[in-house]
Amino acid sequence: MSSAADQIWVILKHWIVLHTPEPFQTLVSIVLSVATIIVVFAALFALTTVFERKGLGRMQNRYGPNRVGPFGVFQPLADAVKSLTKEDIVPRSADHVIHYLAPLVLVGVVFLTYAVLPIGRNMTAVNLDAGVLFFFAVGAGTELAIFMAGWSSHNKYSLLGAMRAIAQMVSYEIPLILSSVAVIMTAGTLSTVAIVERQARYTGTLAHWYVFTPWGLAGFILFMIAATAETNRSPFDLPEGESEIIAGYFIEYSGFKFALFFLAEYLEMFAVSGLGITLFLGGWSSPFSFLAWIPSWIWFFGKLLAFIFAFIWIRGTLPRLRMDQLMNLAWKFMLPMTLIVIFSAGIWRFLTPSVVGSGPLGGVIRWLVCALLIFVPYILLARVLERARKIEKRTYRFAD
Amino acid sequence: MLGEGIIQGLAETARNFFGSYVNKNRLVTVQYPEERHELPEATRQFPFLLYDGSDADAGLRCVACQICEKECPPRCIHIEKSKDKKPDFVGKQQFYPAVFDIDVSVCMSCQICVEVCPFDAIRMDNEFELSTSNRFGGLLWTKKELSKSNEYYRAIHPTEAAETDERRATELADAQAKAAAAAAKAAQQPAATAAQASPAKPEPAVQK
Repeated sequence: MSSAADQIWVILKHWIVLHTPEPFQTLVSIVLSVATIIVVFAALFALTTVFERKGLGRMQNRYGPNRVGPFGVFQPLADAVKSLTKEDIVPRSADHVIHYLAPLVLVGVVFLTYAVLPIGRNMTAVNLDAGVLFFFAVGAGTELAIFMAGWSSHNKYSLLGAMRAIAQMVSYEIPLILSSVAVIMTAGTLSTVAIVERQARYTGTLAHWYVFTPWGLAGFILFMIAATAETNRSPFDLPEGESEIIAGYFIEYSGFKFALFFLAEYLEMFAVSGLGITLFLGGWSSPFSFLAWIPSWIWFFGKLLAFIFAFIWIRGTLPRLRMDQLMNLAWKFMLPMTLIVIFSAGIWRFLTPSVVGSGPLGGVIRWLVCALLIFVPYILLARVLERARKIEKRTYRFAD
Repeated sequence: MLGEGIIQGLAETARNFFGSYVNKNRLVTVQYPEERHELPEATRQFPFLLYDGSDADAGLRCVACQICEKECPPRCIHIEKSKDKKPDFVGKQQFYPAVFDIDVSVCMSCQICVEVCPFDAIRMDNEFELSTSNRFGGLLWTKKELSKSNEYYRAIHPTEAAETDERRATELADAQAKAAAAAAKAAQQPAATAAQASPAKPEPAVQK
């Protein structure tokens, strides 16, 4: 019963494939997987836009959209109609071909990253041996698309936005990848499916999620900070800072092309959240063995919704960083911390029960040693950075 | 410790998020078409023409002097003077506007037309829902749409209206006193003045 609910989509797909003529079976199988991903995540995007607007509204003591349909739930439909009926303006001096291609490349690249995300047990579009590597390699394509958009628009603000985006995404890709290296090291595999399976085992009732280890927790936090920056979400949304460069790289886009940028941005957020879930939060597995009867895909999407809410919460809380603060955070804080996390994960790997002794005491010692290995450097690093940050009265050379 | 402020900030927004569901007083939004703010008395949006009595054409105070048309900074007023005359509130023969148009889309609500009007004929309305689905005819308001009664003015701007009414009452009393004095004088020397006064009266009508 529970396994039937768990595998319902897989069974459904097999049934449909079996009822198609022999020569088309491979094609139908591929189309079904791809279409499901596109439809489900695009629907999630629509849902997220209204959630975000309502959530942000509530955080600012407003109602948020509440006019279209009951409690404003049909707002995405109104938005879609609006963006579809708006005039699509291409600047006369723009590079038309690249200007046209940029949103398509961006959305295409972002959708490709979903290929390796295990959204449920046996529910991965492609089980690649180098799944994590594929994710990061394809994900880097978004930088290309963003620069295409910024460059082809032939607008100084869009170019500035694109340059900011490139600088930010290149800088934060390093902590993003390094924090996942700790997981890859411990799991011993690059396959996302295998990484989830490693975490879907239980000691007592508790799952073997990597976030329950000290290096996993620290790595998870670092991963999420880097992911926020990587997807240009607030507080790292400098590439589209309205107050300085209006809308950044998509300033010259209107109508449906703008909607595609918007879609891609959210899809990127879901994808990187999905990777964070896969790497640290056990993918589709339940945290406790007695909750394992809940279907795996519900677990995945539940975690994803929690991540989305966390992103909205952070957006409603933190103001935008300055460019130098952004870079300092990446290179002076995130990079050393991820290296320390990798080191701690290595120590964790060698503090096996044969070294620290079996039983609960050995486990506690192992946990504490690894936690201290991260916490002490964190305090020291924070202190050094605090001291280096000189807050002085600002003096002006000419304006006094 | 590094990161402490972020936790505090997150707690604050979480408090707002959940608080807004529990405590309605937190929400600052006025749900506009259903709920409305009380407008301040001095609210001004768009000018209208005042008339006395119940007939908009007969009671219109405007004498088509065209001062407002000339003073209007964005030039949104268009007036065409009448050929004939009609008596104003003190009984004096005056021109009236044959055409009086104001373009809603051009008016910038500066109230200069009101300040320059010597006849208390134009005032500011507090009606702000002026949108229309007809962007050509619908935005050009003619004399008919602009004319509003003095009772309406008293209802929307009571203080200003009371002041205007008082001033006009004294003007009317002065005019009546003058007329009474003139009548008394005319009664004393009927023959001499009657011969002079009758050709003098139609003189402005000839000018036009």
